Amino acid sequence: MLEIEIDGRKTEVADGSTVMDAAHKLGIFVPHFCYHKKLSIAANCRMCLVQVEKAPKPLPACATPVTNGMKVFTHSEAAVKAQKGVMEFLLINHPLDCPICDQGGECQLQDLSVGYGQSASRYQEEKRVVVNKNLGPLIATDMTRCIHCTRCVRFTQEIAGWMELGQAFRGEHAEIMPFIEKTVDSELSGNVIDLCPVGALTSKPFRFAARTWELSRRKSISPHDGLGANLIVQVKHDKVLRVLPLENEDVNECWLSDKDRYSYEALDSEQRLTKPMLKQCGEWREVDWQTALEFIGTDLKRVVREHGAASVGALASPHATLEELYLLQKFMRGAGSENVDCRLRLTDFSLDGKKVTSWLGMPVAEIQKLDRVLVVGSFLRKDHPLLAQRLRQAAKKSTHVNLLHVADDDQLIALHAKSIVAPSVLATELAGIVKAVAEAKGAPADAALAGVQPSAAVKQIAESLASGEKGAIFLGNFAQQHAQAATLHALAQKLAELTGARFGYLGEAANSVGGYLAHAVPNAAGLNASRMLAEPRKAYFVLHAEPELDCADPQQAMAALKGADLVVVMTPFKTRAIDYAHVILPIAPFTETSGTFINTEGRVQSFNAVVKPLGETRPAWKVLRVLGNLLGLAGFEQDSSEAVRAEVLGGKPSSVAERLNNRADGVAINLADVAPALQRIADVPIHFADPLARRAPSLQRTRDAAPPKARMSAATLAKLGISAGMQVKVSTTETRAGTSLGGTAIIAAQLDEGVPDGCVRVAAGHESTAGLGPMQGAITVERA
Amino acid sequence: MGALGFILNAAEGERSWRLAEYVRRGGYSALKKIINEKIPADQIVGELKKSSLRGRGGAGFPTGLKWSFMPRQFPGAKYVVCNSDEGEPGTFKDRDILRWNPHMVIEGMIIAGYAMGCQRGYNYIHGEIWDIYKRFEEALEEARAAKLLGNNILGADFSFELQAHHGYGAYICGEETALLESIEGKKGQPRFKPPFPASFGLYGKPTTINNTETFASVPYIINEGGDKFLELGKPNNGGTKLFSVSGHVNRPGNFEVPMGTPFKDLLEMAGGMRGGRKLKAVIPGGSSAPVLPVDVIMECTLDYDSIAKAGSMLGSGAVIVMDETTCMVKALERLSYFYFEESCGQCTPCREGTGWLYRVVHRIEHGEGRPEDLDLLNSVTDNIMGRTICALGDAASMPVKSFIKHFGTEFEYHIQNKKCLVPEDVQRAGSGFFKAA
Repeated sequence: MLEIEIDGRKTEVADGSTVMDAAHKLGIFVPHFCYHKKLSIAANCRMCLVQVEKAPKPLPACATPVTNGMKVFTHSEAAVKAQKGVMEFLLINHPLDCPICDQGGECQLQDLSVGYGQSASRYQEEKRVVVNKNLGPLIATDMTRCIHCTRCVRFTQEIAGWMELGQAFRGEHAEIMPFIEKTVDSELSGNVIDLCPVGALTSKPFRFAARTWELSRRKSISPHDGLGANLIVQVKHDKVLRVLPLENEDVNECWLSDKDRYSYEALDSEQRLTKPMLKQCGEWREVDWQTALEFIGTDLKRVVREHGAASVGALASPHATLEELYLLQKFMRGAGSENVDCRLRLTDFSLDGKKVTSWLGMPVAEIQKLDRVLVVGSFLRKDHPLLAQRLRQAAKKSTHVNLLHVADDDQLIALHAKSIVAPSVLATELAGIVKAVAEAKGAPADAALAGVQPSAAVKQIAESLASGEKGAIFLGNFAQQHAQAATLHALAQKLAELTGARFGYLGEAANSVGGYLAHAVPNAAGLNASRMLAEPRKAYFVLHAEPELDCADPQQAMAALKGADLVVVMTPFKTRAIDYAHVILPIAPFTETSGTFINTEGRVQSFNAVVKPLGETRPAWKVLRVLGNLLGLAGFEQDSSEAVRAEVLGGKPSSVAERLNNRADGVAINLADVAPALQRIADVPIHFADPLARRAPSLQRTRDAAPPKARMSAATLAKLGISAGMQVKVSTTETRAGTSLGGTAIIAAQLDEGVPDGCVRVAAGHESTAGLGPMQGAITVERA
Repeated sequence: MGALGFILNAAEGERSWRLAEYVRRGGYSALKKIINEKIPADQIVGELKKSSLRGRGGAGFPTGLKWSFMPRQFPGAKYVVCNSDEGEPGTFKDRDILRWNPHMVIEGMIIAGYAMGCQRGYNYIHGEIWDIYKRFEEALEEARAAKLLGNNILGADFSFELQAHHGYGAYICGEETALLESIEGKKGQPRFKPPFPASFGLYGKPTTINNTETFASVPYIINEGGDKFLELGKPNNGGTKLFSVSGHVNRPGNFEVPMGTPFKDLLEMAGGMRGGRKLKAVIPGGSSAPVLPVDVIMECTLDYDSIAKAGSMLGSGAVIVMDETTCMVKALERLSYFYFEESCGQCTPCREGTGWLYRVVHRIEHGEGRPEDLDLLNSVTDNIMGRTICALGDAASMPVKSFIKHFGTEFEYHIQNKKCLVPEDVQRAGSGFFKAA
């Protein structure tokens, strides 16, 4: 420990601390621009110059290491003179166009100039003008305002993992710019807006929409990926105008993914449904809530009477709140049906009944403390942008991050080892790791793994895992959706046992864990999502989901829904439900209702509505409560979402931890390789993953939202006699349980050497590929 | 050229840059001595300390002390880097060393590698002297062929690889940490210190960077001993030194003289003032050194301490001589433009301040000066000096401050009369490019 005195106050800091660290510890503010606690030190703005006893010159607090007995003065005459001198330099070429600058009112330069600037400038010369840059649909530029702090440059390099911005040219001509003709395409790009201390980088969608002081700031939770990033939703006149991160070191740190940040644009879109709709005599008409709900009550009773309660099923999105999911299952079970599920993209449910509540298996904040990691079956960077970011930081230190997956996308993580294989052999490959580790550890061999021959790549992964002390095995979205998900689970669990590593799931959606805790999954008597559609029901309730895009097999889902007597769809949007539903109820998106998401680490995060429901929209928990009352069901007296939450969690959120469980015993390992001639790999691209993101216009203009293509290796292309760029007809022709699950889509072929031979990668979740059947299994490709 | 001196003065004769010629002059004997006598590293550093050799790049830091900073027991790579990125206006000595005596630099670097336990070195050569870069590459080939570079040099358990690396002419890459960035393939921008290169240098490894002339001085010290080197000069200012004399003299060029030689002797060696005109001012150590007026400089001897006492710096030994026909405002305008263009743009005071300085001097020169401008210039330089990551901010400021200090009346005349104190035709006559009217 080192002793330091700043402005007459003494403290002790750890060796290697800077004067800035010590000042923070003492709560002393040192003005700064380029310094940011999450970024490397640049020491280029010189605003944090302070006076250090015995130093001949003022020193930058951010870059000066503390020495024992150091005496620092941050507000002495010499320090303030230096700070004021720097401020004058910063302002001479700054346009001082605050009245027309979007950053006005939340600008660090503006704020600090009040304290350190002069009221008039001594600089009478012409000011510098810098040409603006096109950074894509999310970030607006006004580069003349740039003060060259390089925070944005360091962010892309260090946090996003890919240097998309740099400072070109010298001296006064220095400019921050992307590579020529390139935009900033990172899925974390919006963070540079928060980092920019001036109005050089601002939000394109938010541009000129409001002044910061006109906005109310309300806390919320991101409804997208399994992390549950903490949000500050900024509101004016009951409209969400902007979303910023709420700092939470344990969850999202100070970052947001672009999806978290910009999906709000969908909230106020033309596509919002604002009135209940009822289809009568083949005609859609807007009705009042009373009419709609009474219709549902009457018709549901009829279906139950005529076909039995088991003929009713409920499909919910894992992006729905805990309260919504809980009341939905309560309603279903009250009506006598056990058929309720929120795991719409899953295909292997054989873990059901083993009391698995799949979760991360550890706190998010401890990811950086791991020394060995294996991620299995995950489009990591796009499925979990901020968890991937944590792994990226860990890999930079000394953590081995290993990947076993079906597509060689650049994760922008310095991977220790990777193995990219076809989906049909993913489990065998994982079994190879288990076998190699078992051999290394001298553990008895599992009979099921007898025929497995570990490949060179997995041996490297096995060596890495076997040599660690704090490891973790994570199953990603692809592994969860895999037809051999239970086998993957059993193997990962085995591997964790052998290596002493933790074992967990990278939760697919904001409330994947919440779905289990709310019992929005079937018990032994009920049907899971897949069976509910494979064995069509007479009546369906759909909550927040778009089955045509969100189900493992959209064609099967459409067939089942179109054949039903009663389909009730609860959604905030005008979806394709118009084609198959009988009643569509406008329910509140996350900003218009209170609720709770339980993130992948089991963190219970409740939030309030930040705006009033749009039009006649109602929070879904209220709708479900009233439906319960209409059916005369018991236990539907809750008068707040908090009351519902208390019912689910037993009044104490801490009980959640006891219910999280990844351990499943006695799971059969099935390594049968049933590889079809050509197999499909379906990712769910980041901005197609949920109804909100799909309708956010700016996100839909990003590179990540480019329409899906049929991606294949050169060998696969050659084998099929197709060349890249050609329009192709892709078809899924699997027949299961007598129902043809065929479907086709016409898209462009694309060369992608990251796709294993014999595989075709066609993304799901997009209108253009919704015509296809199952997300995995056989696929054919021919010239269109 | 005079007799004394071992760097340039010794390298006379045809094809002096060839290995055979260098060996004929006694070259590589220092290296052989070290290898044959198994001289320990400490003793080499000790000789350097005794010699009072100070860094010839401009800062004058004691070389022996610098070498002793290298962590001896550090495992893994360590580097020796030679700074031949001679970019300071007025300085042109390193290119002549590399042109006429490249092996002396190579030998110095090998000895440095030996003394500091480094196995790899780089010589970063200014990008605008391509012919010299190529000549140095040829010299490296010769040394490699003669097994003076590579594995097990002269049969000893010591290996050293040396590579040449050329820049593209940015002045800032002469700053040692910007130079390291440039070798690493990045944009040449100085790093903040600490950490210093001795602990975190090239590719993050301990690195020692010395000037070309510094390395060239090493073999002599090993051969003749530190004491003898010190005796060449004066106490605390050992050895001989190259001075690049430019400006209004009859015979501009490089002159190797002992440290402590009176300035007036150097002026004489350079053939005296052109056209017999009166000396007005001298910038004694490269364009960033404060200017000294005639009465001050004529009393100085050429060594670090004497020039420092006079209020300037010996710097790289670039002596810019200006006679009575020089307009000091125009001279400063040119200097300020240089620093404005060469600032790397990293830190605020230098990026914004150098342009401001240039613009104010420019407007004074062009008859648009204002009475408050001299105070403004002084105030702006105060705000730049000592506030930046590297010394370029200071380098840009010192000429401004010193020109105003010693020639303030000329600036005031410019501002008041919107023209120069030195009539235009006199300036033209003195420039040497125009015939006197």
